[in-house]
Amino acid sequence: MSEVSPVSASRRELFDVQSVREDFPALHQEVHGKPLVYLDSAATSLRPQAVIDAVADVYARDCANIHRAVHLLSQRATARFEEAREKVRSFVNAANKSEVVFTRGTTEAINLVAQSWGRAYLREGDEVLVTELEHHSNIVPWQILCQQTGATLVVVPITDRGEVLAEAFEQELSERTRLVALAHVSNALGTVLPVADLIALAHDRGAVVLLDGAQAVSHVDVDVQALDCDFYAFSGHKLYGPTGIGALYAKERLLESMPPYQGGGDMIRSVTFEETTYNDLPYKFEAGTPNIAGAIGLGAAIDYFASFDAQAVHAHERAVLRYATEALEAVPGVRLIGTAPGKVSVLSFLMDAAHPHDIGTIVDSEGVAIRTGHHCAQPVMEHFGIAATARASLGMYNTTGDVDALVAALHKVQEIFG
Amino acid sequence: MDLRELYQEVILDHGKNPRNHKFPEPHNREARGYNPLCGDKITLRLQLDGDTITDVGFIGQGCAISQASCSTMTQAIKGKTLPEVEALFSKFHTMLTSDEGSDDLEALGKLSVFAGVREFPMRVKCATLGWHTLNQALGDAGDEATTE
Ligand SMILES: Cc1ncc(COP(=O)(O)O)c(C=O)c1O
Repeated sequence: MSEVSPVSASRRELFDVQSVREDFPALHQEVHGKPLVYLDSAATSLRPQAVIDAVADVYARDCANIHRAVHLLSQRATARFEEAREKVRSFVNAANKSEVVFTRGTTEAINLVAQSWGRAYLREGDEVLVTELEHHSNIVPWQILCQQTGATLVVVPITDRGEVLAEAFEQELSERTRLVALAHVSNALGTVLPVADLIALAHDRGAVVLLDGAQAVSHVDVDVQALDCDFYAFSGHKLYGPTGIGALYAKERLLESMPPYQGGGDMIRSVTFEETTYNDLPYKFEAGTPNIAGAIGLGAAIDYFASFDAQAVHAHERAVLRYATEALEAVPGVRLIGTAPGKVSVLSFLMDAAHPHDIGTIVDSEGVAIRTGHHCAQPVMEHFGIAATARASLGMYNTTGDVDALVAALHKVQEIFG
Repeated sequence: MDLRELYQEVILDHGKNPRNHKFPEPHNREARGYNPLCGDKITLRLQLDGDTITDVGFIGQGCAISQASCSTMTQAIKGKTLPEVEALFSKFHTMLTSDEGSDDLEALGKLSVFAGVREFPMRVKCATLGWHTLNQALGDAGDEATTE
């Protein structure tokens, strides 16, 4: 039994952004001779030293394959890998560890569901329902599946504030809707979808629901049992963890009914040329040597995140978002895209004076890192009749000072473009 | 890294008020250009008589660099022959991408205002979008061009 140290105990009560910043080495560098202001966490978050150390330690010490050998290193690596699975389970509050499949990230998790569950259960005439604000990785796998099965992709429109309304959603649901795939939080707009209501509506029609949690996990509470979603996909690298690792939560009953996604080592119990029997859950869906250090790093990221009171983190981010929203609205010629009530962490915007790409270059020269483009959500851009936006997005380490730096840089844009 | 090197007056001017920003009539070549990274889109049309570009224009939307580059390109190539245009693009490309930059800025004339883009590798594609589209429009020079 390890005791809670006084440091972490006091941390839980008090969210101190300056001490958080100390934990993230990448923040402490200059770019173009200016201190880095990182406002691109929706693309990928920075990593705390604890995660970097955990990954390095796997390679420096417990460097072995898992589930395979009797030697000590393999035992240690296997134990840590499975501990990481338990951390993911607890983080999303899944009922059982066997419901947590490690993947390369959100994209692979969604493709796994499309190709395994989807190909097994979708037929011609069935419908897959998505919304207009989805990331391409929650659109294209379903388009591929529809081509393979003859099912139809149906799209729920968004409002001009970037919301998905339950009424609009219900209108597109039909007796033929087999699967609903929804962002929990939009990456281009910051909208938090009313997923509990939408899931209930979908379940009433007998449809299965996948949530794309890529943008949600670091900004809102996730409890897959309370949500009653059937699948939940997320990426480690947007939760202060490593790239190349993520997870799919799936209800056990569904996983049991699904054929394997990929074939290979680890996912089998026995193989002969006549017959192969598959491994237990979740290993049946984890063919080949996984990203062992990545999974352990993700576990470390969850530990790091859990060392804070999540409500305090969310409250801090909401306060910075509110400050940023007001500050950007006060810049002449700036227009926010995505103004849903209750949105989180994302500020997509346009400026009269300059194209997003030019904004991005100019603010970068001031040390401010933002994203510009269509954010892998071209249908969202189309809805607003634009080709691109500039997007500032927040992590737990951002401050109102970061926002001030962005605003100052935007004034520089206006100076240049006059 | 000097922003003023990138955003020269000429570029800002052409970005805001692109020249030849309309389709020439008649025209016998067309191509569309798209930069998926930033969503910049242009449609370029031109009239090729023999091997001379006698008229050219474009419609598009995008960042200051891509629009200004298209605009100055149309001015630079109007009245030029295909070999002259090819030589120009090659010089332009070298200026943007080689480690040393261009040794022949004079030959590029007004196009030399884009020399600063070399310091911004993420923006090179913006500056070459128009030129790549031009190449495509000229691609099937033997064929009768489609205008749609
Ligand atoms: C909403 C959303 N879904 C899916 C993805 C894809 O995540 P990944 O590239 O980590 O697989 C992203 C990441 O950009 C995202 O923001």
